[in-house]
Amino acid sequence: MDTATATLPNAWRVEVFRRPSVDDPEANHLLGAARELGVEALESARVGHGYLLPPELSREAATQIATELLSDPVLDEYTLYEPEELPAPSGASRRVLVAKKAGVMDPVALTIARGLKRTGLGGSAADAHISTFSAYELAGELSEEETSLIARRVLGNETIEDLLLDSEALPYGPPAEGSTHGRVEVPLLDLDDEALMSLSAEGCLSLNLVEMHAIQAHYREAGREPTACELETIAQTWSEHCKHKTFAGIIEMDGEKIDNLLKTTIKRATDELDKPWCISVFHDNAGIIEFDPESGWDLCFKVETHNHPSAIDPYGGAGTGIGGVIRDILGVGLGARPIANTDSFFVGPLDMAREDVPKGSMHPRRILRGVVAGVRDYGNRMGIPTVSGGVWVHPDYVGNPLVYAGTVGLIPRSCADKEVCPGDAILVVGGRTGRDGIHGATFSSAELTEDSDVVSSAAVQIGDAIAEKRVLDGLLRARDLGLYRAVTDCGAGGFSSAVGEMGEECGAEVDLDTAPLKYAGLSPEEVWISEAQERMVFAVPPEKLDACRAVFDAEDCESAVIGTFTDTGRLVLRWKGEVVADMAMSFLHDGTPRPTRKAEWSAPDHADPGLKMPEHPGAALLGCLGHPDVASKEWIVRQYDHEVQGASVVKPFVGTQADGPSDAAVLRPLDSTDAGCAISCGANPRYGLLDPYRMALAVIDEALRNSVACGGDPDHTAILDNFSWGNCDKPDRLGALVLASRACYDAAMAYSTPFISGKDSLNNEYRVGDETIAIPPTLLISALAKVQDVKRATTMDLKEPGNSIYLVGITQAELGGSVHFDLMPSGGAGGVVPAPDLEAAPRAMRALAGAIAAGEVRACHDLSEGGLAVAAAESAFAGDLGAELDISGAPLGELPDGYDPDATRLFSESCTRWIVEVSPENEDAFRARFEETPLAHIGRVTESPRLVVRGTDRSTLIDLSTDELRAAHQSGFQG
Amino acid sequence: MSSPLAIVTRTAGTNCDAETVRALELAGARVELIHIHQLLKETQRLEEASMCVFPGGFSYGDDIAAGRVYGLELRDGMYAELSSFVANGGLVLGICNGFQVLAESGILDPPAEPTPADVLHSAEGRQIALHANASNRFECRWIELEAADTACVWLEEGQRIPCPAAHAEGRFVVRDDEVLGRLKSNRQVALRYVVPAEGDPYPANPNGAVDHIAGVCDPSGRALGLMPHPERNVLPWNHPQWTRRGAREEGEGLSFFRQMVHAASPVSV
Repeated sequence: MDTATATLPNAWRVEVFRRPSVDDPEANHLLGAARELGVEALESARVGHGYLLPPELSREAATQIATELLSDPVLDEYTLYEPEELPAPSGASRRVLVAKKAGVMDPVALTIARGLKRTGLGGSAADAHISTFSAYELAGELSEEETSLIARRVLGNETIEDLLLDSEALPYGPPAEGSTHGRVEVPLLDLDDEALMSLSAEGCLSLNLVEMHAIQAHYREAGREPTACELETIAQTWSEHCKHKTFAGIIEMDGEKIDNLLKTTIKRATDELDKPWCISVFHDNAGIIEFDPESGWDLCFKVETHNHPSAIDPYGGAGTGIGGVIRDILGVGLGARPIANTDSFFVGPLDMAREDVPKGSMHPRRILRGVVAGVRDYGNRMGIPTVSGGVWVHPDYVGNPLVYAGTVGLIPRSCADKEVCPGDAILVVGGRTGRDGIHGATFSSAELTEDSDVVSSAAVQIGDAIAEKRVLDGLLRARDLGLYRAVTDCGAGGFSSAVGEMGEECGAEVDLDTAPLKYAGLSPEEVWISEAQERMVFAVPPEKLDACRAVFDAEDCESAVIGTFTDTGRLVLRWKGEVVADMAMSFLHDGTPRPTRKAEWSAPDHADPGLKMPEHPGAALLGCLGHPDVASKEWIVRQYDHEVQGASVVKPFVGTQADGPSDAAVLRPLDSTDAGCAISCGANPRYGLLDPYRMALAVIDEALRNSVACGGDPDHTAILDNFSWGNCDKPDRLGALVLASRACYDAAMAYSTPFISGKDSLNNEYRVGDETIAIPPTLLISALAKVQDVKRATTMDLKEPGNSIYLVGITQAELGGSVHFDLMPSGGAGGVVPAPDLEAAPRAMRALAGAIAAGEVRACHDLSEGGLAVAAAESAFAGDLGAELDISGAPLGELPDGYDPDATRLFSESCTRWIVEVSPENEDAFRARFEETPLAHIGRVTESPRLVVRGTDRSTLIDLSTDELRAAHQSGFQG
Repeated sequence: MSSPLAIVTRTAGTNCDAETVRALELAGARVELIHIHQLLKETQRLEEASMCVFPGGFSYGDDIAAGRVYGLELRDGMYAELSSFVANGGLVLGICNGFQVLAESGILDPPAEPTPADVLHSAEGRQIALHANASNRFECRWIELEAADTACVWLEEGQRIPCPAAHAEGRFVVRDDEVLGRLKSNRQVALRYVVPAEGDPYPANPNGAVDHIAGVCDPSGRALGLMPHPERNVLPWNHPQWTRRGAREEGEGLSFFRQMVHAASPVSV
């Protein structure tokens, strides 16, 4: 913390506060947040926005900027202070200032600079440095500790921001220039093992000994030491994040040798299924499937993780996560137009006691609020509707939360492929390069520790969504004019990955000093591996270069030629003319040693707790509805613009009061056809802990049955795998990965549903002292299905009294990892994890899909967490109608001892089940479709808004009003 | 006679341009989508158009405040041209961020006397604003609009339009009660949120706007700004409860644009 005597910034300071007569929601929010922290002394607060403007400005110009640009004449009042002037005392007891650390992306400052330049406000001084800060004036008898607590936990994040408590010494100016240099060689040829490993660790290279040996051998053969640039390039290219060494490596399990797990399971299924509608799978930035052959439009889909950055800075981490996956879609083929985003979060318990949160971690609530805000602000600004996702809670995510972000795009078939030709210019477009995000790829490949927030702050990136929107606007226009031959995004590894991948087959020469920089003083390595956001790299034929750059100029989007693709097969990097790297592409891309890892798996030893009928089944249902995995996520969904682009057909929430959770989102993305697409997902960490094989089958089934429930065509559905796992150098973690991958193969083949893309994040462990916590094996399956006719899309809310309610599927004693067991006082760790019958399930999916496509279904809801009881309750309150159910005839599998049949029917989470509302005129046709699939008529929709469930002998098990059910569903954490 | 021309403007961060263009075209307009930097250089292009539309989005990221920088660009670069466009019979529409931009620009509530551009954003010059939602959050939800007894030349009093609202800074506020009285007597209050007769008006009024105001027009009734998005309810399947209702031909938002296009006549130069 700074002291009041430190230097005041040499800049005009404008502080803008709401007029006292104007309601200030930000301040109200702050009061609530302080109370949640247990600080009762905060009586009132004012929230101000501050700006530091160049000292060269005249007072008149500074006043004009403050009046016309920085404040609202109705809502705000501002104060202007001269350079180095001490602000007048505020009258508040405490003042806290929060300013971005030097060099951290400040999009607002960039916007101000652009605005001043365009309008001429500020004259020539507008080119000088501008920065922003927040000012909080807190009233009440606050101790220093309380002020500090509020500052750290609510107002700022010390990883990226300076917090000033009762100090006015704001930082101002660009970051201090680093010591840049030209060619630097790293002595490595003569190092022993220990020295090699310490070089890897100190350089943040995340390379293991086998890899360091390979590098050493390569350079011994070359007869020279590697340069710093070369070593960094190898580390980035060979990182787990970029190379997926675990999936592509050799694994020994139970005496069997698995040569490339990905190729022998997930990709193998895709190859064997060989669907003609799969256009591009696994090799590009996203998978592409056919959508509307008549108009030539295809769909593409990619889901990414951004786990480690989100643990350190949830807001920036999640925002740049969604920003990154959007760039994947912009960078697939020749570029696609994003039409939908998805996001899924896995966090620690939201009610966790503060003292139980491990040192160095944030409270799960703060993480969840931050990641939601990050996705919201980035996705909404990009104008892409966020339509699907989920939140799962488990204690083992507390130090290592998971953030998955996905994007669906539309792409013309003619743009599915790209090529790079020698002689093409390497054009970089979008944001400038800075020191942000150095070593992101290698950082994400390592374990988090309690010091990660300190040592890795450079790995955190802050997004600037509008910079990316400019790229999007320019890219689609340049694409349609045919002005470039290839494009890819700068993601992990920055230029090193983007240029390295694009030039893999031919070669590339880059003049690193020609890349536009945010500030001076970067070294060539920093330019090369910076993960500064919102940048894309294009291969542009020389004759089209001017036209291509003109398109981006018109969008106010910067572009620069940084090199040329060659035919030498070499990657050559220069810095002010001096060669700082010169290496063979073949060594870079094919030189990775393939280590052999051992894998094993032994199932956890938990006794099956059995299932009695709860004394109050209704209360048990209300408990399930309030479980964090089931309870309404409306507070999140409402913060996302899920309607932008005007294509939504089935929304995230449906029903009379728009509070029923949809199984999938359906969009109608083209005006020329009534075909649409359904987007859904499935995941379950509790299943993963107990049985990774059955978990993977179950979550694939879940994603598919969600899609089918809304009208997705099971014969035109593609899925994506995203594995987040613990440290796979440890055999038990790797064993679980092998089992889950095998399940992916088995399920894909059974359902005839190919994987088209995937990503893994395999080092999700959190270390405090000597103890390591691994996350539960977490597989997120995302499904993208064609809906042949959106007019047949179906929602989950009950529609009309008198209609019949059917249950599709058979119920087994599968409560392992269920919500019901999770809520048992004993914790209920045992039991059998649900898994689909791979022979029957695909048949059931197609029977139901046929009924929906034929218009025989009025409402359909999948059974998942909480089973039949939860699904029936959700459909009832969503439709503001009741249901009278008699479940005694619902088909049951063979029950082990200790399982009550009706309780199993209510709460089991067996796969491939739905409840379906059918109107009388369609019942015969509907029933006829299920001759080979278990189907039971279980009741009717009623006018009276109550859910009444009777069991064996007509005993009333549940009798609750829809108001009670709705209230329970909305009883969870609400942000 | 050829159909009237609508210029739809865009800039960095505009993101509802495609569906706004679609709605106008479905309503019978010809549409040109123009980057505002181009239009600022060629303001004479307005002379060929009968409508000038500012779609939703996050212009320049809504940095500083929603619509602030775009509003400054308009005020600074084409306030006079846009004013005479309206004076000569042209229609101006701002939706969501477009409303915020128009409010910032001074077009919707111009001072009675001609005023230099730099005063438009001063305490004397501007008396309406779009404030942060009372919930302190961006919110996306369907609401219902009802047209007031308004000067707006293409709305019919009592007309109702369900459509999504999606914004963080959409709470219409005025400097004081006098301003509200003036807006009402000028029939500048164009659209209100339909709220329940009793109880909490939230979320039917999603942002806490004064007098449940969702949209206002200029005194001539030819320039309108509104927060919700009628362009997102033009197809039969956009409504959140379409699966509960019978077959529909179109969404209720389309009539909003059809009436606007109908009211648009070639500008007399």
